[in-house]
Amino acid sequence: MAQEQPRQSRQQHEEDNYIPDPLPDGTPAPGSAAAQTSDLDSLLDEIDDVLEVNAEEFVQGFVQKGGQ
Amino acid sequence: MTSVSLVPASLAAKFPANRPTAGYGVHRVVGLETEFGIHAPSHEDASHSVMSLELINSYGHKLSLDGTNVASTEWDYNEESPLLDARGWQMPRSIAHPSQLTDQALVNDDGQELHMLVNLILPNGARFYVDHAHPEFSSPETTNPLDAVIWDQAGDRIAQQAADHVASAQDGARLLLYKNNTDSKSVSYGAHENYLVARQLDFDELTEFILGFFTTRQIITGAGRVGIGSRNERAGFQISQRADFFEEEVGLETTIRRPIVNARDEPHARPDAYRRLHVIIGDANLSQYSTWLRVGMTSLVLSMIELGELPMVELAEPVQALQDISHDPSLQTQVLVNGRGWMTAIDIQRIYQQAAQAYIDRYHIDDQQTVDVVNAWAQVLDLLEHNPAKLADRLDWIAKYQLLNGMRERHGLDWSNAKLGMLDLQWADLRQDKGLYHTLVARGAMRTIVNNEQIQHAINFPPTTTRAWARGRLIERFGAHLAGVSWETVLVRPFRTGPIHRFHFPEPLSATADALHGLLDPELPQISLDDTSANHAELTQLLKQLQPYRAIGHR
Repeated sequence: MAQEQPRQSRQQHEEDNYIPDPLPDGTPAPGSAAAQTSDLDSLLDEIDDVLEVNAEEFVQGFVQKGGQ
Repeated sequence: MTSVSLVPASLAAKFPANRPTAGYGVHRVVGLETEFGIHAPSHEDASHSVMSLELINSYGHKLSLDGTNVASTEWDYNEESPLLDARGWQMPRSIAHPSQLTDQALVNDDGQELHMLVNLILPNGARFYVDHAHPEFSSPETTNPLDAVIWDQAGDRIAQQAADHVASAQDGARLLLYKNNTDSKSVSYGAHENYLVARQLDFDELTEFILGFFTTRQIITGAGRVGIGSRNERAGFQISQRADFFEEEVGLETTIRRPIVNARDEPHARPDAYRRLHVIIGDANLSQYSTWLRVGMTSLVLSMIELGELPMVELAEPVQALQDISHDPSLQTQVLVNGRGWMTAIDIQRIYQQAAQAYIDRYHIDDQQTVDVVNAWAQVLDLLEHNPAKLADRLDWIAKYQLLNGMRERHGLDWSNAKLGMLDLQWADLRQDKGLYHTLVARGAMRTIVNNEQIQHAINFPPTTTRAWARGRLIERFGAHLAGVSWETVLVRPFRTGPIHRFHFPEPLSATADALHGLLDPELPQISLDDTSANHAELTQLLKQLQPYRAIGHR
């Protein structure tokens, strides 16, 4: 649960300040290259938070049986 | 029964008389199947079949708690016996004892064998069942790409709700579900598409024309994968989850020597009118946009093939091309096309997109759904060529590739680093708070094209435009009086006594909400087993209304 805290607070923050959906009608936000980089940085922060910590073990353990 | 068609009469009149069509534009009967990866990290020895059984049964239990009906088939190693019913669901004992997730016979605390159900038919008309070692959701029949997306997404939520329900039991196991297609340890499992096409269309012709499309559409519909080769023999990134698991151009197999075009002929519909094209080449898409284009582009291509109007793109080596294209996310790889020379996948997809534009212009097909797909297809190809990063808000593989590259730069990782494999896997995690696709959607970084209410509705209600309406609504409203349900058939046995009335729905466009208005309308209450005159009257009326579908003779 501790890992999920930052994400929830960030969402809360966004709601409070009513930052409009960056993709309101399906059009990508233009934004400068710098803004995009900072957006990706903040996204990667979040991914780092949510990603399973024991990656090696987890990926090795993900074994499936036959499928179509 | 009079024959029905999706194609408006005014449009059909313009089509060549000797080329029957089962659809037009993006409008076609389609169903999507997802085999989910299933994993319990805390129980490494857990059997995949048993975990899948637990999941399916748990969903039955959940519906039962919610007061919703469901039809089911009991687990039977000899044959799948047509069902009994959904009453008296019990939470399988093994759920409360995750250590029992093995292949041993399932027994309860008193040593009695547990009745496990392998196959659910849901009130939304879908099938949710155990396919060997995977849980599988087969969507109800839909008639356009947006509806296909809605019920596909509903399937993801249903599967996750089932996993949550398993975990909610005391000491319940946490089953993790993945909408991906490989464990990168040699095993692949499918996300199949099913399209009805005109029976009269020659299958060899269909195959010849669609091979070039199926080989190249991955640049739009791919889900992205870390690792090259069926066992990750080489480090790197590729566009498609499935490409490395295909060995043939055409064939009947689905689990070995997989073919790009699957020749299985089992229409689950009028065999005189329809063939079901069973497409096994696709990746499972989390992105709504990718799923929408996958169904929309493929439907358009089929509409053109039916009319004999798709340009021929004959690849010299389709299987090699499939893999070469997948292995090059720079999209520069060229493949040899007989009579046309060396072309990129973008070049080839442009031929199809331009043909689609010409086709809708020629026949004045201007409905919104078709026009939207044709336009989006063109826009996506332009961006793939000039600025693919812009598609990170739409396409699975590009969104995933952007995250992976960001992580590589940030942490100085090479492609063999387990963290990247983890990111690939977790992209497809169905949990809202863990799945990376869901993380992006929550941030508004990934476009959605259908809304939450539509998906929630589709969890419990079938599409109105196909026989799935009759199937799903009969289950919900008259479930207590049903003796069997399949894609084409419903068996009604009022009050579970006396003769069984068999109804047959070989036409997928029959038994729709329009055709069966009244008795199966939403919001009407379930008809219980209580022997009341009101219930008798409802059942009498039901049998009367279903009279046109009464099966004659045996099958």
